[in-house]
Amino acid sequence: MTSNPVNPNLQGRSYPAAEVYDVGREKIREFARAVKATHPAHFDIDAARALGHSDLVAPPTFAIIVAQRADAQLIEDPDSGIDFSRVVHAEQRFTHHRPIVAGDQLHAELHVDGVRAMGGGAMITTRAEIFAVREDNQRESVATTTSSILVRGEGQ
Amino acid sequence: MSLKLEELTVGQEIGTATIEVTRQDLVKYAGASGDFNPIHWNESFATSVELPGVIAHGMFTMGSAVQLVSDWAGDPAAVVDYQTRFTKPVLVTDTTGTSEPGAVIEVGGVVGALDAEARTARIDLTVTFAGQKVLMKSQAVVKLA
Repeated sequence: MTSNPVNPNLQGRSYPAAEVYDVGREKIREFARAVKATHPAHFDIDAARALGHSDLVAPPTFAIIVAQRADAQLIEDPDSGIDFSRVVHAEQRFTHHRPIVAGDQLHAELHVDGVRAMGGGAMITTRAEIFAVREDNQRESVATTTSSILVRGEGQ
Repeated sequence: MSLKLEELTVGQEIGTATIEVTRQDLVKYAGASGDFNPIHWNESFATSVELPGVIAHGMFTMGSAVQLVSDWAGDPAAVVDYQTRFTKPVLVTDTTGTSEPGAVIEVGGVVGALDAEARTARIDLTVTFAGQKVLMKSQAVVKLA
């Protein structure tokens, strides 16, 4: 089977924020357990409040859920030429502008910052700008995530 | 928070952690994160795409390694920046039905840099599996009091 090449014209493309992500307490607890995190601020509201947070605090990599939902818009775009079964995660970064806590409603705007041919495959760098919308309709930056994925070519 | 920048020195160790991983842990992570790529839970699929077997999500390794930093900092929200490169896969063997782990990940952290102006410490993590580094340039920036 020959895989299609990744579309080189993806660079500079962006995908607007689609559905809202509601950060729930049980999701924070579930994600924390899944990464074997035991800090009480993920599980116990009083412990989170004692640290000055309004509600349960998400683990440092929780934003990947929101970022990968945004990435899915690109990966599932038939025009992208990305074969998900050949995707390997190469790099990841989270920059938190403020903590993510239960009750947040998050939006993610996706930007394709780079597409680079690598052998028969390609390295694609995406950036998700994750934000909340305040009562005055202004955006409040919550986190910026950047991901590089390697789409492996034949024999890679 | 009790950590004070003035009391830290570059090169200081923050501790170590051992993370045992099973196939079930990968299924749990898939469900919690929404990343259902079958290379993380299906052996025949993983080998069909030229992988040596089922491998852990890079994000499982990254996400579990940072707990050392969250606990050291005293507040997970103090981790204001966290980055890594994924260099080697963590191969998780099928030990279902036994009490054995399918893989063991070792984590260590040292203070890599201090920024007195931003009041942050950069923690450099060393994350190994089977004697090889699986994460490179794994750095967490912690906001200090």
